[in-house]
Amino acid sequence: LRGGEVSKMAGADGDDSLYPIAVLIDELRNEDVQLRLNSIKKLSTIALALGVERTRTELLPFLTDTIYDEDEVLLALAEQLGNFTMLVGGPEYVHCLLPPLESLATVEETVVRDKAVESLRKISQEHSPVDLEVHFEPLVKRLASGDWFTSRTSACGLFSVCYPRVSSTVKAEIRQHFRTLCSDDTPMVRRAAASKLGEFAKVLELEYVKSDIISLFTALASDEQDSVRLLAVEACVSIATLLPQEDLETLVMPTLRQAAEDKSWRVRYMVADKFSELQKAVGPEITKNDLVPAFQNLLKDCEAEVRAAAANKVKEFCENLPEDNREQIIMTHILPCVKELVSDTNQHVKSALASVIMGLSTILGKDNTIEHLLPLFLAQLKDECPEVRLNIISNLDCVNEVIGIRQLSQSLLPAIVELAEDAKWRVRLAIIEYMPLLAGQLGVEFFDEKLNTLCMAWLIDHVYAIREAATCNLMKLVEKFGAEWAQNTIVPKVLGMANDPNYLHRMTTLFCINALSKACGQEITTKQMLPVVLKMSNDQVANVRFNVAKSLQKIGPILDSNALQTEVKPVLEKLASDTDMDVKYFAQEAISGKSFPITEYPPESRQHFYKIFIDVQDQLVNV
Amino acid sequence: MSAISASEKVDGFTRKSMRKAQKQRKSQGSSQYRTHTAPVELSPLPQLKDAPSTEQQELFTQKLQQCCMLFDFLDSVTDLKSKEIKRATLNELVDYVSTNRGVLVEPAYPEITNMICTNIFRILPPSENPDFDPEEDEPTLEAAWPHIQLVYEFLLRFLENPDFQPSIAKRYIDQKFVLQLLELFDSEDPRERDFLKTILHRIYGKFLGLRAFIRKQINNIFLRFIYETEHFNGVAELLEILGSIINGFALPLKAEHKQFLMKVLIPLHTAKGLALFHAQLAYCVVQFLEKDPTLTEPVIRGLLKFWPKTCSQKEVMFLGEIEEILDVIEPTQFKKIQEPLFKQISKCVTNPHFQVAERALYFWNNEYILSLIEENIDKILPIMFGSLYRISKEHWNPTIVALVYNVLKTLMEMNCTLFDELTDSNTRFPVVFLLSKGKMSLKC
Repeated sequence: LRGGEVSKMAGADGDDSLYPIAVLIDELRNEDVQLRLNSIKKLSTIALALGVERTRTELLPFLTDTIYDEDEVLLALAEQLGNFTMLVGGPEYVHCLLPPLESLATVEETVVRDKAVESLRKISQEHSPVDLEVHFEPLVKRLASGDWFTSRTSACGLFSVCYPRVSSTVKAEIRQHFRTLCSDDTPMVRRAAASKLGEFAKVLELEYVKSDIISLFTALASDEQDSVRLLAVEACVSIATLLPQEDLETLVMPTLRQAAEDKSWRVRYMVADKFSELQKAVGPEITKNDLVPAFQNLLKDCEAEVRAAAANKVKEFCENLPEDNREQIIMTHILPCVKELVSDTNQHVKSALASVIMGLSTILGKDNTIEHLLPLFLAQLKDECPEVRLNIISNLDCVNEVIGIRQLSQSLLPAIVELAEDAKWRVRLAIIEYMPLLAGQLGVEFFDEKLNTLCMAWLIDHVYAIREAATCNLMKLVEKFGAEWAQNTIVPKVLGMANDPNYLHRMTTLFCINALSKACGQEITTKQMLPVVLKMSNDQVANVRFNVAKSLQKIGPILDSNALQTEVKPVLEKLASDTDMDVKYFAQEAISGKSFPITEYPPESRQHFYKIFIDVQDQLVNV
Repeated sequence: MSAISASEKVDGFTRKSMRKAQKQRKSQGSSQYRTHTAPVELSPLPQLKDAPSTEQQELFTQKLQQCCMLFDFLDSVTDLKSKEIKRATLNELVDYVSTNRGVLVEPAYPEITNMICTNIFRILPPSENPDFDPEEDEPTLEAAWPHIQLVYEFLLRFLENPDFQPSIAKRYIDQKFVLQLLELFDSEDPRERDFLKTILHRIYGKFLGLRAFIRKQINNIFLRFIYETEHFNGVAELLEILGSIINGFALPLKAEHKQFLMKVLIPLHTAKGLALFHAQLAYCVVQFLEKDPTLTEPVIRGLLKFWPKTCSQKEVMFLGEIEEILDVIEPTQFKKIQEPLFKQISKCVTNPHFQVAERALYFWNNEYILSLIEENIDKILPIMFGSLYRISKEHWNPTIVALVYNVLKTLMEMNCTLFDELTDSNTRFPVVFLLSKGKMSLKC
């Protein structure tokens, strides 16, 4: 197959359209990997141009022969071939794709091999039952008995796709091959087989699940390598789902019990991680008798990794317990373990627990929550690890539903106030986001008394994200409590910051005005806010001045036309002739009334950031 | 709460260096999944040396059994007395098997191996630091080391005892034993890996029946490391053992060994943490080539295939390994591989990272390599000339430019005519043309 030949052929036909194809074909052989890669990625174009006949007789053999290449090229090839059925002439000829994919399924590099297997699985569906037996299944057999482990691992992924569509003799052979691979002496192959065990079980007839799969499962679950054993746990979920309830106890449970107490923490971790799936697969009776004690042990495991994985499942496990004695099981068996985990030595364990523990309140109801869970929440809210605190705060709403906000706020308020000043800004942020809900439920008086100061203090936080969130929070509060409340409590404080020596605080005033003006209405905006904004147009820091321009644009629609003409316009015109380029730009934008997103800066304003830097320096010097 | 004061924070964040410094060298217990039975208090037994010789054997067994008791070292206050008794007993046992003859009678073997297995074979705990970077971070040390060290010491003395009989021991030191020993090589504690290395080497030496098995298992560990987990702490130690094993391979090499070289050792070069074991790996590769020079071509082609594309540090290591290989290469083998090899070297000398360029240019300081180049100058010069020529004018680093001038000079002296021809084809750049007339100076 030569590019030159193709272009000659094209020339003879007087057709130049094949010329690019000729180039692509030549580039399949190019020394430069990138060019080969580009060409491989356009393989379907090449095949389309060559036609199905030449693709089968020339392109595919050529590709099969040049399989020794960079892994990157091979990966692209493996992927392309999965979508090649139509290009070789449809399902009738799809088996032509098998030889190159077979070679690709034996290479060392895992990603290439996996991709080849993926493509093989895909095209297996396009084989007719006859072709599957004549072409595909022999390939699987060859791979399964290959010398090097790579081909055998690849074979593991192919059994389940051909099994349902072949005759019973071939089925028997396939089962035999799978059995052999499950006891392969290379652990890599056993791992591959174990990871496909569940999938294979699903396509087998129930009698063979019981006779074949169970013995393989038992063997893999007691493999000498923990990496194999833990994969058997995964398979356990699928297998248990397939079996009738009455067989579970004898066929699956001994192995599962053993896995839950495996000497390797990796296996126990896997059990913990798959616990909800296992619970669903084995059903309520076995859950009550076996899984509850197993779960307790996992929650008390000696390795933090295992405890954390189990802690993550606490809510789901409790939710899925049979309803008739759910509460009793939780209260007597699970809750004591949970209590211990609250003071675990490992922060990952505590934080995993904190992310789900709140969910228990809906399951246990109001009284139990107040009596048993609330102390735990409080303890976790005071945890030294910020992630634990954060996880609790971000889930407060589900407790709220159960016990009501007043109860919640009375018990939690001190902790919340403390967290509002937490050293980690993400914790502070979580608290702020929770504030409107809290305020709405607590009412104005309670809010003014306990929380107002906090909300104002956040406006001068040293982290921008907090100041921004605080601004947004004020807006939501005004929406709740009304303009009059705003005028009395927050507007004076916000406007007072306009005289702050720190330009960041002065800008916060502007940001607040942007956010509040609409909720406060025309009168407050015109009478109280506008004079302050206008005065700030004389600020010595350019960043403040161009934010004045932006604010004026923002509050413009709320003002009446008289104020706009007599007060706003002259100021904007003055700013439009400012010495600073950015101030000029935003002032002009405001005058022309064009709306633009706040984050967008004029193209020439790279100095803008430099300017901020200079301002900060000035401030430091002034201090 | 954290002990970092506000003044040390930048915008509420702790500096990374501060956080790193806060971490102390941690130690970690073994992941022993026990049924929470508290250890029974030990009471001291009489000294072996004080016992009459008729009772020594019995006492030896008792002491071995006593040492099967395991203690929790993460809790530094419990069982202090018993821990001390066990330590002293282990010391005594080490002493006993290393200085006395005739103590290794057949009934002692199962007792000895049982004590060893109970103490050292354990599931390694999850790493305290999930993103453990062996090049950067301090390893987590084994908390029970005061005892485990002595058990390793004892095992070593046991294996080295002149009375030691592999034919008896092989009933206990079997495939399962070796498998568990190999798993321990993943320990983060370098002291433990060091002991394991010596012990596995002794076992390999004394148990002929286990040799193939050991090699195969190491093979599996490496393959898993390369293609599955990219994590195993003991690669360097295992390679060190292999280095001496390869040295002892009989000629001609078995297919199995060649396969190990090509399918395991060469792909090992792709590992992210190559720096941790590259010296040992290169040693193994060179050992193979010294055994069988015909492997040179496939090995170098393999290295070229896996040549690092973005990691300069690894590229320097590859160049180092190539030089080690060239040091032992046979001239006939060199001819087979020179073209692809020097194409790569020519790319390396133009590398903007000066360490890569420098490492490649150092090849010209090697007498043997020079002689190989000279012998094949008509092939190599055309490959190298363009790059050297370009880099002599373009490289940002003056040291590299100086080195390139030297290399150009050396090459010119090897074949002046060819050099002139190549220079003529570059006459657009008269500088080198002038230099080629033999007036090369390093003042640049």
